[in-house]
Amino acid sequence: MAVSVDEAVSTGPARDRGRPARRRGGRGRSVLEVALLTVLAVVMLFPVLWMIETSIKENRDVYAVPAEFFGFTVTMEHFKDVFVGPDGGRSALSVAFLNSVLVAGASTVLATLLGVPAAWAYSRFAVKAKKDQLFFILSTRFMPPVVVVIPIFLMYRQVGLIDSKLGLILIYAAYNLPFTIWMMKGFVDEVPSEYEDAAMLDGYTRLQAFRRHTLPLLVPGIAATAVFALIFSWNEFVFAIFLTSSDSVRTAPPAIAGLIGGTTTDWGLVAAASVVFALPVLVFAYLVRKHLIAGVTLGAVRR
Amino acid sequence: MGTVAAHGLCKSFGKVQALDGVSLDVPDGAFFVVLGPSGAGKTTTLRAIAGLEKLDAGSVHLDGRDATGDAPAERDLAMVFQSYALYPRHTVYENIASPLRARRCSASEIAAAVEQMSRLLHIERLLQRRPAQLSGGEMQRVALARALVRSPRAFLMDEPLTNLDLKLRVEMRTELTRIHRSLGATFVYVTNDQVEALSMADQVAVLKEGTVQQVGTPTEVYERPANQWVAGFVGSPPISLLACHAEGDRLVGAQGWTLPRPRWSTAQDGQPLLLGLRAEDLSVEQRGDASLPGELYGLEPLGDRTVVDVQVGTTIVKVKARPTVTGTPGERLQVTVDLDRAHLFDADTGLSVSEAGR
Ligand SMILES: Nc1ncnc2c1ncn2[C@@H]1O[C@H](COP(=O)(O)OP(=O)(O)O)[C@@H](O)[C@H]1O
Ligand SMILES: [Mg+2]
Repeated sequence: MAVSVDEAVSTGPARDRGRPARRRGGRGRSVLEVALLTVLAVVMLFPVLWMIETSIKENRDVYAVPAEFFGFTVTMEHFKDVFVGPDGGRSALSVAFLNSVLVAGASTVLATLLGVPAAWAYSRFAVKAKKDQLFFILSTRFMPPVVVVIPIFLMYRQVGLIDSKLGLILIYAAYNLPFTIWMMKGFVDEVPSEYEDAAMLDGYTRLQAFRRHTLPLLVPGIAATAVFALIFSWNEFVFAIFLTSSDSVRTAPPAIAGLIGGTTTDWGLVAAASVVFALPVLVFAYLVRKHLIAGVTLGAVRR
Repeated sequence: MGTVAAHGLCKSFGKVQALDGVSLDVPDGAFFVVLGPSGAGKTTTLRAIAGLEKLDAGSVHLDGRDATGDAPAERDLAMVFQSYALYPRHTVYENIASPLRARRCSASEIAAAVEQMSRLLHIERLLQRRPAQLSGGEMQRVALARALVRSPRAFLMDEPLTNLDLKLRVEMRTELTRIHRSLGATFVYVTNDQVEALSMADQVAVLKEGTVQQVGTPTEVYERPANQWVAGFVGSPPISLLACHAEGDRLVGAQGWTLPRPRWSTAQDGQPLLLGLRAEDLSVEQRGDASLPGELYGLEPLGDRTVVDVQVGTTIVKVKARPTVTGTPGERLQVTVDLDRAHLFDADTGLSVSEAGR
């Protein structure tokens, strides 16, 4: 009866739709499918490939016309520059990466700590105007960050949160909270409330019952939700560039963007920094790939 | 001590009125059955007593003390859930031990109690398994063990036998009655199976659409149903109901038949009535002075007996007969009625119009 990640997000309907299509299609169709997907993959992956190549090319090869795809000299110099500054100490970029880890991690933890109990409460208790409340919570996500960034900038300046990691952590947590509540409510709904009822009759309080029986079953769901929040915070650019300015506070996205411009741009360094920046997201996206698909088809699959 | 009293319980879920003034008085040590069809509000009643459901109105008294606002843990009740609600991550042993762990019993006490329970319910072999590895019958036994492992004020059981196959259900019925007798504890037992109710209960409360229709011993509920609905719900095959009215010393059927007017009835002349006849109070094999004309509709052989369906006017009347009975559909016959055991209901209100104390 244990709810695993795979079971909790029901992939049933999607799978059912796939099977008959494949059967009907036969060989001819699958060849066409593979051909089209290959074209798509090449178009989508070419910039990524170029980024990786640039990150290991020497600077003069970067500017070669026509571009060289093979036979250039491979160098790890740019990757070294990402982490080590010109003076031999820590580079500004490596500080930015550390800031990103801290800000993304802390905001995710905060959103999870607040969002999971909230989702549990919305799932278990009769709350007045529950649907309206949930819709309101979700609606805060409809707004693009750029719409609210100016008022938040002004408010942050008033309370002294401007250009601080705490400020970014708070805004990211606030931004991730609605998503966490919605996604976790789906997972909590899947866990029968009767385990908690039974535990309460055994003599436990409601919170003890939640902690003993429901929470362990939610762990896969919490992990998936946290990864989504983590990816959002990691990638976030608009708030970061408006609300922070000093090198010691900046996260990676504005720091990498800051490399471009000026009189000359060290494209090798930009590419290497981007590769380093993209790696964690790729790893995490791979870990929750099933949920990414479920997220795309959320409306179709969920009640 | 272990009395449970519920008064005027009301609970609605949105537009659905699940409980509409349910009152129950369960004496100490009783096997009290709440009987009703699915959706009648039985589970909601139990959950209200357990403190799992917030009431719109009404009160729950345990051992005479008002417990309406108490948390479930404070009520000292044990419950077997309709779905068993065994903890999926825990072994059978840990499931049964849970109520004792919550009360901080020592490890040796727990081991002894779990061992005793597993012997009583024949689940010694299963202690290290998880609920997913159990059959329905085994889960049901584990759920019972988890409830019985301590001595609460009362046991609440929500259709614990419904998911079992017939053979096991009959076995467990006997078993539960035996356990109840040996513990001397108060049981509030919910079921939609009237056979279970009649065979196990000291007292039955019949529930329909969130209201109590009748409370009484199984015999009272069966022999003196308070209304037409209870008469129809309790008993198998179901009671046959014939439209009629009283006229002088006769009972005149809508389809033209007449019977002597029963002396025990309080019905007025001309009042629209329903005559309720149970299959065992009718006969197609013996002759008597009160009988209905009809024609054979069909036979249902059930092994130990045969139910004869007789069409009287437009109504099918079920008659119990010996298994040797024969006949061809369409054949005309007389159904002999034991009028002293018949029931009369007001056709409009459904209420019984028999003299009290008959
Ligand atoms: N949590 C709930 N939410 C909405 N409706 C409910 C809920 N629980 C019960 N009901 C409704 O209340 C009525 C009584 O339910 P219940 O007590 O479960 O009946 P029973 O156990 O007799 O089958 C039913 O109509 C049911 O649909
Ligand atoms: Mg029920």
